[in-house]
Amino acid sequence: MTMQETSGIGAPLDLAPAQPAAAQPTATALPAKPARRLPVQKDWPLWVIVTVQIAILVSFIALWQVAADYGWIDGFFWSKPSAIYATLIKFFTEGDAWVDIGFTFRSTISGFLLGTTIGSLLGLSFWWSRNYAAIVQPYLICFESLPKLALAPLVILVFGMGLASKVAIATALTLVVSTLTTYAGVKALDPDGEKLFYSLGASRWQVFRKLVVPFCLPWVISVLRVNIGLALTGAIVGEFIASQHGLGRAILYAGETYDIALVWVAVLVLSTLAIVMYGAVSWLERILRKGIRQ
Amino acid sequence: MAPVAKLRLDQVSMTFKTPAGTFRALAPVTLSITQGRFVSLIGPSGCGKSTIFNIAAGLLQPSGGRVFIDGAEATGTIGRVGYMLQKDLLLPWRKVLDNVVLGMEIQGLPLRRARERALPLLRRYGLAGFEYLYPNALSGGMRQRAALLRTLLFDTDVILLDEPFGALDAQTKLQMQEWLLALWADFNKTVVFVTHDVEEAIYLSDEVHVMASRPGRVIETIAVPIPRPRQRHVTLLPEFITIKERCLELLALDHNAAADEAA
Repeated sequence: MTMQETSGIGAPLDLAPAQPAAAQPTATALPAKPARRLPVQKDWPLWVIVTVQIAILVSFIALWQVAADYGWIDGFFWSKPSAIYATLIKFFTEGDAWVDIGFTFRSTISGFLLGTTIGSLLGLSFWWSRNYAAIVQPYLICFESLPKLALAPLVILVFGMGLASKVAIATALTLVVSTLTTYAGVKALDPDGEKLFYSLGASRWQVFRKLVVPFCLPWVISVLRVNIGLALTGAIVGEFIASQHGLGRAILYAGETYDIALVWVAVLVLSTLAIVMYGAVSWLERILRKGIRQ
Repeated sequence: MAPVAKLRLDQVSMTFKTPAGTFRALAPVTLSITQGRFVSLIGPSGCGKSTIFNIAAGLLQPSGGRVFIDGAEATGTIGRVGYMLQKDLLLPWRKVLDNVVLGMEIQGLPLRRARERALPLLRRYGLAGFEYLYPNALSGGMRQRAALLRTLLFDTDVILLDEPFGALDAQTKLQMQEWLLALWADFNKTVVFVTHDVEEAIYLSDEVHVMASRPGRVIETIAVPIPRPRQRHVTLLPEFITIKERCLELLALDHNAAADEAA
């Protein structure tokens, strides 16, 4: 920039016609570049991050409490932290908190285990016959795209109000995901790997056990975390529709009786349960991954 | 009576049906390989070398012709020859030792006995210290060694090696050639070796079969009468160079023929 300016001003004063003509092309072709540094972001230490996170949470709760106390928000619809805390204590000391938690936990885990196991086996079974896989696939895709929760009322009718219907819904949600993911693993199998096994004189069962299953395990494992969330969703929806126990039923009941503090308590407990189960499954996944070294 | 060939392909041919019509991958090929010999197949890409291997290993049913092992028909039977594919195909979830015993394990040998047999061989043939590592910790050359030992330990007299050193750097490749020759001398196997590298083929082999493509066929068989054990400098001998020139000539010839055909 400065070069261009000085040569532009300097030219008429100089009275030498050759100079500006020679200086012009270089001046227009190369405007001076601003010196630019690589942007560097400094990482804060962990304790600062955690402190900020806690501060945000605490101020959110405090603001909620103050807003409800001073009538900025309607305390009846939104409830307030102090009321929620009182209800929480009551829920665990007087109510049947542990029955509800146990019920939701049992239906979630049963549905998760059933859906993941059956789904993975179904996915692996497609390795055995391409024809069978081709026949079954459209049905599988139909079942996947179907909003399975829409069928929940029907499931309740067939399986009743008890645990079985919740397990059935949780299973239906997890089964297809496991099947399709495991089948993706089967399809990713290198045909040369099978060739190696057959060249060693292997039977189909040996190829399945020693190659297909260990190869597909990472796919089976990769859906565990997704499935635990889906199973919980299935169990809660089942409880929403018809149930005598469970955190889903507690939320629905509290909502119907305008006990908003209890809604928050049940949601809080449910979230805690979800986090605990997610953590447990993540831990299981790490152990399994270490075991197979993929 | 003349000795029976260890591995014999009798008028083996292969045609594939494609939407564009039938494709002749392999014109009738007859190959006869004597016990204990080291034989190479060289030729341009797509000349049917891998097809021959797949047929010999029973992984592909030929369109015509038959395969004999020790004079008995073995067309379409698997597990009769050791076959090492281009990729090492080591199973990433098994330790090197457990990868190497795979063939014995499939044949029904108890795992403990298979490991006992494999362990001293791993140590003797350059994999000492790697027995209990997973394959992803190994270099390319080490992986090829493990894959080759797996093939050798699968106790068959004939082993087929499909470009085992194709992906290695020149230095490692030379080491591996020496290593393979040492193994071959110790185990007394019949080896059929596929490569693109003419010098490698001649250096290693008793006999080189030169192939041409479209359709795949053997156009000439050249004996390599250089005594063993061979030192690396045999590649500079006049007879070596004569054979090499002949091979390159044949490969170039085929190239021209294919070009004419296309024109």
